[in-house]
Amino acid sequence: MNNLVDLDAHASPALATPRRANRAYLLPLIVFAIFALVPLSVLWGSQSFILALVTRIMILALAAMSLDLLIGYGAMISFGHAAYVGLGAYSVAILASHGITDGFIQLAVALSVSLIFAFFTGAISLRTKGVYFIMITLAFGQMLFFLGTSLAAYGGDDGLTLASRSMFFGSKFMKNDVAMYYVAFGVLLGAYLLLRAIVASRFGRVLRGIRENPVRMEAIGFAPYRYQLTAYVIAGMIAGVSGFLLANQTEFVSPAYTAWQRSGDLIFVLVLGGLGSLHGAIIGAAVFSLLADILSHYTENWALIFGPILILVVLYARGGITGLFGSKS
Amino acid sequence: MTLTLALVQILNGLQFGLILFLIAAGLTLVFGVMDFINLAHGVQYMVGAYLVAAFTAMTGSFVAGLALALPAALIFGLVLEVLIFRHLYDRDHLDQVLATFGVIIFLNQAVKYVWGAAPLNVAIPDALSGAIEITDGMLYPVWRLVIIAVGLAVGLALYLVVNKTKLGMLVRAGASNAAMVSALGVNIRLLFTIVFGVGAMLAGFAGAMVAPILSVEPGMGDNVLILAFVVIVIGGIGSIRGAFIAALLIGLVDTLGRFFAPTLLKLLLDPSAASQTGRAIAPMLIYILMAAVLFFRPSGLFPSKQ
Repeated sequence: MNNLVDLDAHASPALATPRRANRAYLLPLIVFAIFALVPLSVLWGSQSFILALVTRIMILALAAMSLDLLIGYGAMISFGHAAYVGLGAYSVAILASHGITDGFIQLAVALSVSLIFAFFTGAISLRTKGVYFIMITLAFGQMLFFLGTSLAAYGGDDGLTLASRSMFFGSKFMKNDVAMYYVAFGVLLGAYLLLRAIVASRFGRVLRGIRENPVRMEAIGFAPYRYQLTAYVIAGMIAGVSGFLLANQTEFVSPAYTAWQRSGDLIFVLVLGGLGSLHGAIIGAAVFSLLADILSHYTENWALIFGPILILVVLYARGGITGLFGSKS
Repeated sequence: MTLTLALVQILNGLQFGLILFLIAAGLTLVFGVMDFINLAHGVQYMVGAYLVAAFTAMTGSFVAGLALALPAALIFGLVLEVLIFRHLYDRDHLDQVLATFGVIIFLNQAVKYVWGAAPLNVAIPDALSGAIEITDGMLYPVWRLVIIAVGLAVGLALYLVVNKTKLGMLVRAGASNAAMVSALGVNIRLLFTIVFGVGAMLAGFAGAMVAPILSVEPGMGDNVLILAFVVIVIGGIGSIRGAFIAALLIGLVDTLGRFFAPTLLKLLLDPSAASQTGRAIAPMLIYILMAAVLFFRPSGLFPSKQ
């Protein structure tokens, strides 16, 4: 186990010294404090679109954060992570279209469907390595996309509008946008703490060990496959929850949620914010959404600016935004 | 009657498979030789279609348009290589995926900006615009047969170049061990630029060939790109032979699946449920096929790396 402890210190210098440790806690603390206070901006007469925008940012952050467990901590580059967002969203919409609007049932279905899909596709995908893994996760994502477009009973290509948001304890409190906001906030905070705990646990250390050197990990007695598959399923389920929230927030689902371009966006968000820090995903989601929102106000051709920014980030800002704060080597 | 329909579907599947092969050939070599994962290969197909549309409109003849579009597609690919891709060879796959994804976002929008969002139409050359009777009463468009013939010819030419020439030998050697080839004194960068240029041109050529039968629109390369990736992953990265077989397999399975799945399911389910489930399952078939191949052979059918 000594080996593992060394490896741990090497993998996250952020927690190695007390001063840096403070810094590592400071950034997420600031981020969540800002999120907690955003609804107060209504007091200064801001419009409800800010509330909706930040809710969407938090939902995107949730999906990107779960992807960080795979890419940042497990070196598993999944290019089909949007599939789980779609699974979660469609769980809500399909159940709602049959009159089942209880949030707990919808959430349970979203989680189980994500679990099952992640388990089976993960079990196959993780047999492959490198580029093959990227491609096979991409293919499974596309499979769901086409399944969504052919579900004629549930809107097919055009998607499906929700009659109402989910009910909890028989109450429709999520109809209120501020309540919806704090539900998303609570879930994001919960998922952040959960993932923090997972990453710091023995399981998380093994996962990072596999990221650094799978052969050595196997030699000291850890079968990478099981740990990677577990991480894959956890990440899929968290992304499924983000789909549950997304369907509720937009009151609409469509196959476009699972398109491979959305999976690409998730990776972009993650790399933009900084890999392997969890809160990097949140910062990345905020910058990504705000940038897209602001640029689209100025020009309809905002993608002409967005694409080159992505290329420049990859070529010149490898640590992402959190890298600028020096919390990652 | 069903037999004739099946024949038409098989021809359609072949034509689709050969188009996929034209795209996948460049992708698999670039992937194999430089270990470079290029998502922007699909936009090369789109650019080829747009170039042929623009040049055909300009010259009034598809043949002249094609003759101008091919070198233009080649130059376009090389410009991208020099400007962006060259800086990504030493990076990990994640960086390559992201940066080339950025190229897709940019070019899809750029095409929309230049030519508008509405689909463009390209006329088939008059001499080839008819249909011929393949069996009694069953007409098949000549242009699709032309695509099949051209696809087979390019496949044969590639096979000869890759297997019978010195350049092809270097390409094969590069795909199995690039560092060793470089150590033996071959200018691997130059070799790669050649492979990349040819691959980009072939993708552009595929786009140009289908331009008359599909609508030319922004984003048309995105779905084809995913299919091309499925092809090279099934065939084994770096293998032209694998790409050819996998492309035909995908083309046939996809086309025939869409046609036969609802019919076959009618044997098990009632007709309306059968056609619904059939339509839902058919597009998933190739991904199921890919998962099955990778389950048994994690490096594809014809792996070229040792």
